Parts: sequence; structure tokens; C-alpha cells
Amino acid sequence: MRIVDHLPILQVVVPLVLAPLCALVRSRRLAWGLAAAGSVSSLVVSLRLLSAVMASGPISYAIGDWAPPFGIEYRIDVVNAWVLVVVSTIAAAVAFYARVSVQAEVGDRRIPLFYAAYLLCLSGLLGIAATGDVFNVFVFLEISSLSAYALISLGRDRRALTSAFRYLIMGSVGATFIVIGIGLLYATTGTLNMEDLSEILPQVWDARTVKVAYGFLAVGLCLKLALFPLHLWLPNAYAFAPSAVTAFMAATATKVAVYMLLRFFLTIFGAAFSFGVMGLDRLLLLLALTAIFSMSLVAIFQANVKRLLAYSSVAQIGYMILGLSFASVTGLTATLLHLFNHALMKGALFMALGCVVYRIGSVHIDAMAGLGRRMPLTMAAFVAGGLSLVGVPLTVGFVSKWYLILGALERGWWPVAVLVLITSVMALVYVWRVVEVAYFKPPPDDEPIAEAPASLLVPTWALVALNVYLGIDAGRTIGVAEQAARTLMGTAP
Amino acid sequence: MREELVLRVGAKVLAPFIVAFALYVHFHGDYSPGGGFQAGVILVAAFVLLVLVYGLEAVQQVLPPRFVQACAAVGVLLYAGTGIVTMLLGANYLGYNVLAHDPEHGQHYGILLVEAGVLITVFGVMATIFYHLAGRGRSE
Repeated sequence: MRIVDHLPILQVVVPLVLAPLCALVRSRRLAWGLAAAGSVSSLVVSLRLLSAVMASGPISYAIGDWAPPFGIEYRIDVVNAWVLVVVSTIAAAVAFYARVSVQAEVGDRRIPLFYAAYLLCLSGLLGIAATGDVFNVFVFLEISSLSAYALISLGRDRRALTSAFRYLIMGSVGATFIVIGIGLLYATTGTLNMEDLSEILPQVWDARTVKVAYGFLAVGLCLKLALFPLHLWLPNAYAFAPSAVTAFMAATATKVAVYMLLRFFLTIFGAAFSFGVMGLDRLLLLLALTAIFSMSLVAIFQANVKRLLAYSSVAQIGYMILGLSFASVTGLTATLLHLFNHALMKGALFMALGCVVYRIGSVHIDAMAGLGRRMPLTMAAFVAGGLSLVGVPLTVGFVSKWYLILGALERGWWPVAVLVLITSVMALVYVWRVVEVAYFKPPPDDEPIAEAPASLLVPTWALVALNVYLGIDAGRTIGVAEQAARTLMGTAP
Repeated sequence: MREELVLRVGAKVLAPFIVAFALYVHFHGDYSPGGGFQAGVILVAAFVLLVLVYGLEAVQQVLPPRFVQACAAVGVLLYAGTGIVTMLLGANYLGYNVLAHDPEHGQHYGILLVEAGVLITVFGVMATIFYHLAGRGRSE
């Protein structure tokens, strides 16, 4: 066999092997080198997978040479290749960013273990996306969640411990619901393979067990992806985690949870069951609109900028779910585009905030007064990310909002389209609050503050550059997202 | 409990048998209920018993905290490494057939190796957790 045939598993195994090595080496520099190597190799592998899948259709890989549906199958189609690219792009940027940022925020002794947890989390997230076996999804979900709790608890503020604990409780409830759902599916169908499930389930649509399983999965997955009103764990977890972790989690963890939701409800249960029998679209429409509106409003009144962006993340997740609730290819394209685009913008924004933390040690809005002149590059990155968040043309934010509004108009739901525009203005308000303080208020004292070091600025600006580049040259990303949406809706050519 | 002669001798006698039972559960995992996870937990139980009777410091001299932490990592490496070896030998990840001259033996060796990885990791993690709980309130 050629190495190319092993790409689906290498994606997950490389970080998984490097993680224990990190824990063994006990050298900060070496551990960082391993983490960076793992992240970059994942990016290379995922890009090759995406191009292979786009060219010649889904790839199936049988673990241990046990043929599916009896063995565990890794199945890569356009949808998960896309998610793998999203996760590994962010992971690569964060890995380079982490070297200096983590050294400043995490105790020396814990740094090798930090990178071990980081690689475990990465391999868990990639595993969820790569696997074609529902129980395997649960296993990787636990790997990524447990390491995420550990990563969050390493924040400097002692409140990081309570927020990590809260996340642990909520996350475990979510994971339990998911595994109950999977168990019920297994009890009804006798299979765990996703493709097999999707063939058997239509014959047992009427079984109450299947509907109950659907309910458990819906609640568990929505907890994991922090859909309003199950988002309560998110703001504190993001606010008190180390900066690099916030950037990583905000850009990947919830995105992978959205992917799981799409995979379970569209591929496994099927669009006809989800939208036709269970009425998922109406429920999600209501929750998504509430999330977008209420969380944007809450974000406006936050004084801690990290918390502000965390609430904004909950609102942005609302946009992704809104796209799903349109139950159309256009809507799903918007969801999948926003999955990537939001990862890019929030990654850039949280990294810029990490630069601020590195220099002034606080992200309180008053502490940021006058920073526009003192840290011009950092704040410029923040502004660029903010513009993308608002959805200004020539940024990626515009592309996904455009498709959302198209999707709404296609269904004839013009009030929804108007609401998307109104909430964009609300995003402008909360981004503007930071800009106003940073650029138009005099600095509190004359203490000179230097610009952040280049090793923080380069990864931040790399993501900003992607925000702009993919906002202008959006053809390729739209093409992939559209094909992925067709695959999910079962209308692929 | 340092002065309780019966407990001290009893623990000393029991500990090797607990370890032997752990290995039995591990190697007999192919034919009866058991395997790496259970074996790892039983193995730790032997040391927990010794800590209860002889105290934390005495046991940590035999089994240093650094060592058990390293165990947690080495087990994962053994598991994942077995998969990589099978890949290098031309099978899929964790395809044990190629590990020996014939597939049946290959499956046997493969499962024993990955289960040994599970045993070592479970032992390492359990011991680390126990050390942390038992050592609470003392300086590190």
C-alpha cells in the first residue's frame, strides 16, 4: 500500500503519537516543536485529502483490515474533508502562535503537558471528523473534551478552574446524552456504521426508540455546540482559558460539534426524516434566531473583551444553525461556509486579544484605552477581524452572510433576512466599542507599551490575510461548500 | 498502621499474588473476560494496598511519581506504535495479520501488544491519580 492510502488514519494518528512524546520529553522547546510538527502535518494531510476527495469521490479506510460495516471505517467525503481542513488550518496557526503566548501564560513545568493535551485535543477533533463509525465519534469526542477541560483549566486566572469544572459537568451531560442516543440506535438497528445506519433507519422511522434516540442526540449535540439556551458553559470557559486555547477552541471545538449535528441529522437520519418527520427545521429556526439576537445584545454590554467575543461566538453559532434550518442547499452552503469563515475571524480576533494580554495582561475594555497607537499592528488585526465578523464586503464574513440572506429569500422568509442584517449592525456596535476605546481614548498613563512580538503577530496576520483573501477570491471555498451541502442533502450528482 | 504486624505481613504476602492475578487477567483476556484495562486496575490495587499499609513515601521509593506518569505516555505509544508497525509492514492501521508468519498468530500478538499498551497506560493514570489524592495537603 502507498502512503497516500493511509492518509485518513495518519490524520488522526500523527498527533496521537506525538502527544505522549510531548508528555515524555519534559523540554519546553522540544514539546512545542512536536506540537507544531503535528499540526502542520495534519494540515498537509487534510489538504491532500480534500483535493483527493474533490477529484475522485469518497475514500474509505478499514481499520485493522476489518471490512465495514463490521469493522471501524474511516470515511472521508467532501463534508468531513472540509471540516478537517478547517480544524487543521486553525491548529497550524495556533501552534506557531502558542510558543510565546503559552510561555507567558502557563507555568513552566506544565508546558510540555500543555502541548500533550493540545495534541490530544487536536487528534480528538480530527478523529470525530474523520470517522465513519458512530461509537468512534463518541470516543474521539471524549478525547477532545477531556483534553479541552484540562487546557482551559490552565488559565492564569483562578476562575479558569471553576469555568473548566462547569464545562466538564455540562460537557459530560452532553456526551452522556449522545452516547445514550447512539446506544438506542444500536439497539434498534444493530449497527454502528454511519452508512449502514443511514440505509437501515428509513425502515424503522416509526419506532419510538428511534425518535427518542433522535431527541437525546439533539440535546447532547446542541449542548456540545453551545446552541442557545445550552450555551452557559461557553462564555466563562473562553474568557478564562489561556489565549492560545481560546483561539483554538473558539475556532474548532464548536465547529466540529456543528459538523456532528449535520452528520447525525442529515447523513444518518436523513434530511427527509429530520425535516419531514421530526420538524427539526422549525425548532432550530426559533432557537437560532433567539441565539443570534439575544447573544448579540448581551455581547454589547460586556466589559471583558474576551467574554464579549465569547457571547458573539454563541450568536455566530446561531447563524450556522440558521443556515441548517432553511433545509435547503443554499442554507447548508451558508452553514458550511460560516463554519470555516467564523473559525478564521474568531481565530484572528482571539489571537489579537492574546497579543494584548501578552503586553498589558488584561482584556478589560478600559485597560485597552489608547492601544491603537501603542500596538498598531495588533489593533489593526483586531479591526480587520471585527470587520469580517460584521460582514463587510471583501471579507469572508460577507460571503457567508450573503449566502444566509440568499437562503432566507429563497424560502421567502424576508423577515429573517432583515434580522440577519439588523444583527450585523449589532455586531458592528460591539466591535465599535472596542475600536472606540482603543483609537479615540487617550492612554491611561505614559508608560510605554511595545508592539507584540513578531512570533505572535505573524500567525495572527496570517489568519487576517486569509480572512481578506478568501473574502475576495471566494470561488473555491464556495465550490467546496456547495458540493458538501449537496452531499449532505443527498442531492449530489 | 505501621505497627500492625498482621496487616504488614498480610499486605506483603498478598501484593505479589495481586500482581500475578493482574497478569493472568491480561494474558487470559483472549479466552475469558478481562484484558488490559481490568489488568491495569488490578495491578494498581496491589500498590494501593501497599500505600495503605506502608505509607506513601515507602511506595514512592519503589514506584516514583515520574515513573508512573511516564507509564501513562508509554502505553499510548505502544498502542499507537503497534498500529504504525502494521502499516509499515503493509497492512492497514492495526491490521494484525502481518505481525507473524500466519494471520492467526498475528492477530494474537497484535491484541496482546495493544492490550499491554492499555495495561501500562491504565496503570500509569490510575497510579498518578491515586498519588495525587493520597498526597493532598503535603508539599510536592
